[in-house]
Amino acid sequence: MCGIAGKVNIGDRHEPPSRELLTSMVRAIRHRGPDEYGLYRDAHAGLVHARLSLIDLTSGQQPLANEDGSLWIVFNGEIFNYIELRRDLEPLGHRFRTQSDTEVIVHAYEAWGDDCFRRFNGQWALALWDSRARRLVLSRDRIGVRPLYVREAGGHVWFSSEVKAMFADPEVPRAIDPAGLDQTFTYWASLAPTSLFRGIEEILPGSVRTYEASGAKRDVVFWRPSYPVTPPADYPLTIHEATEALAEKLETATRLRVLRADVPVGSYLSGGLDSSLTALMGRKAKAGVFRTYSIRFQDAEYDETEYQRAMAATIDSDHQELVVSRRDIANVFPEVIRHTERPILRTAPAPLYLLSRVVRDSGIKAVLTGEGADEMLAGYDIFREAEIRHFWSREPGSAARPMLFDRLYPYLARSPQKAKGMALEFWKQGLDRPAGPGFSHDPRWRTTSQLKRFYSAEVRGALEAHPAGDLLAGLPPDFNRWDTLSRAQYLEVVTLLSGYLISSQGDRMLMAHSVEGRFPFLDSEVMEFCNALPPNYKLAGLNEKYILKRVARERIPAKIIDRPKQPYRAPDAVSFVEEGAPEYVREALAEEAVRDAGLFDPGPVRGLYAKCVARAARASDEPAFSNADNMALVGLLSAQLLHRQFIRGDGAAPGGHVEYTTLVDRVPFQQLQGTA
Amino acid sequence: MTSEEIRAKVHQFIRKNFLFDDKAQLGDDQSLLGSGVVDSTGILELISFLEETCSVKFEDSELVADNFDTINKIAAFITTKLHR
Repeated sequence: MCGIAGKVNIGDRHEPPSRELLTSMVRAIRHRGPDEYGLYRDAHAGLVHARLSLIDLTSGQQPLANEDGSLWIVFNGEIFNYIELRRDLEPLGHRFRTQSDTEVIVHAYEAWGDDCFRRFNGQWALALWDSRARRLVLSRDRIGVRPLYVREAGGHVWFSSEVKAMFADPEVPRAIDPAGLDQTFTYWASLAPTSLFRGIEEILPGSVRTYEASGAKRDVVFWRPSYPVTPPADYPLTIHEATEALAEKLETATRLRVLRADVPVGSYLSGGLDSSLTALMGRKAKAGVFRTYSIRFQDAEYDETEYQRAMAATIDSDHQELVVSRRDIANVFPEVIRHTERPILRTAPAPLYLLSRVVRDSGIKAVLTGEGADEMLAGYDIFREAEIRHFWSREPGSAARPMLFDRLYPYLARSPQKAKGMALEFWKQGLDRPAGPGFSHDPRWRTTSQLKRFYSAEVRGALEAHPAGDLLAGLPPDFNRWDTLSRAQYLEVVTLLSGYLISSQGDRMLMAHSVEGRFPFLDSEVMEFCNALPPNYKLAGLNEKYILKRVARERIPAKIIDRPKQPYRAPDAVSFVEEGAPEYVREALAEEAVRDAGLFDPGPVRGLYAKCVARAARASDEPAFSNADNMALVGLLSAQLLHRQFIRGDGAAPGGHVEYTTLVDRVPFQQLQGTA
Repeated sequence: MTSEEIRAKVHQFIRKNFLFDDKAQLGDDQSLLGSGVVDSTGILELISFLEETCSVKFEDSELVADNFDTINKIAAFITTKLHR
């Protein structure tokens, strides 16, 4: 796990990037790899690398080259099947100097070209520089576990793990892209290639981008989630056989993630099914001490301590807990946004930022988590909601069909009808379009889009002139042949998983403290297996993650399997408006700051803030904040903080000494003199 | 309380609590749920406000969109209830 950055010239007009610039770039992302630094430079390109050493601690330094030194790589992530790939490459005549996965990538690219990435099972963001052909190759793993950004302007291409590395170059202008904001305020995340910053693209997950010396640019998508078309062909496995097969694939995926590291790997334990199963399999993969980590909340509403401890006891792990309060969340929030590099609509990343610090301080550099299980195996309420709405849409006049919502949202059944009829009205929206591609997600997107009422006139104008890209305009050709669940899964993976959970709540929070996340449910073979399953193996009626519960049944305590699913949440708006909340909140939402950022209309922002402050001052036992207000306050505050830190500032933490352990500088002396 | 007064109070409440904007467009026949002005949790705030401000109590069976989905429907429903 690491950070990468670089600057490459297209054509001959430019001087090589300076060492000072490259050093500033890598310094900005040193949290991603504090162990070692490396730099490669020639007349046309500079690559830098900040290393977090996990595999081949002694000889895995980067940048790294092929045998004749013509092909260079900087790489962030892991290729978990590198040993198998190496076995395929050696008979083809490739000779290896190191035991690292990095070197395998270089040879795989030599052997198979841009197609090599399809063969990788892993999580990566990388840049390959072919110095002879002057060709740059950028690639990212299937889900986009590891981040990668690119910018091209004036004959240069910049790339980096995090945007703040590009902002270390004073030549790179810093401005918020209203399109990225608008997508966030619809889908919860900007959709690659759109980013939050004007002129900067996010490399699409599961793709390769190439730049030739001529300046020609090409994007090839080598993977997107794909599901069986309906009517389904006969699936070869019974539910019993499929359960066994899934268990085996998960065990293999977990074992790869524990054993393919030259340092100990720990696990997060949320108290839910997915992380419990992951931790159990991680525990079984290797003898010795196994460390687990959990977040506890002072607010009982969010706390899952009982289940976390039950699981830690079951696997006899060395278990550490971190208790998080509202005040903790508010205090670290600006730092959280400096790492997410995008607005967020919930505070849930903040406790994970704090937890990764605990992990690092305990001496662990990599953790397993259960991320991806809900998307691959249909764990979320949104999937069940879509099924009910679909069922209801076939008989819209039915009073009985919507009663199923009581099973989905028990609070509806508990609170005697209090506005139940109105809640149903809400889900009834769009019921007349069950075949519409956005059917499952329309209610969420509609709710989220209410944030747009806060836009300033400038942002509205900019969006009218250049509307943000529409997700539904770029769906795979087969999308309409998938069933309701598969479509919903696809939309969930490309929006919330890639753009928020695995990034803002995942990689960025982990890497803030130099900890790598490893996700068995996002193993490429696990994903392919899950996506090919008949939908009713995943969602049986309204029983979510049916097949996974079957896998878990023999393995983990029943009370964890049978508990009602609790989404991971943290206290939201209340953290920022209760008495004694940090002063920066008021400042960031004050008229002057809002006007300065130019994103929102100060009047409505003031109104929202006042409403939330008034609510927080009232009795604490009433459910004080509506979903809309929670989302709006967190979303606006984070966008304001983003502006303050990345547009007014450059997003980098001050200071930091960089000393290279790998330094290959091929810029000829006369050229150096020329640039001096 | 006249139907006109109810309408005015509801307008004011929605602007202050949901739109956060005195100048926002808000039609008397605009579907509050359909246009996203009020979401499924926000509707609770609106109903509590109506119960307090208009001194009425709603039966469970009355909490349906036909009675609350537009400002005109709210005003008509409460007026009928008050004069019952």
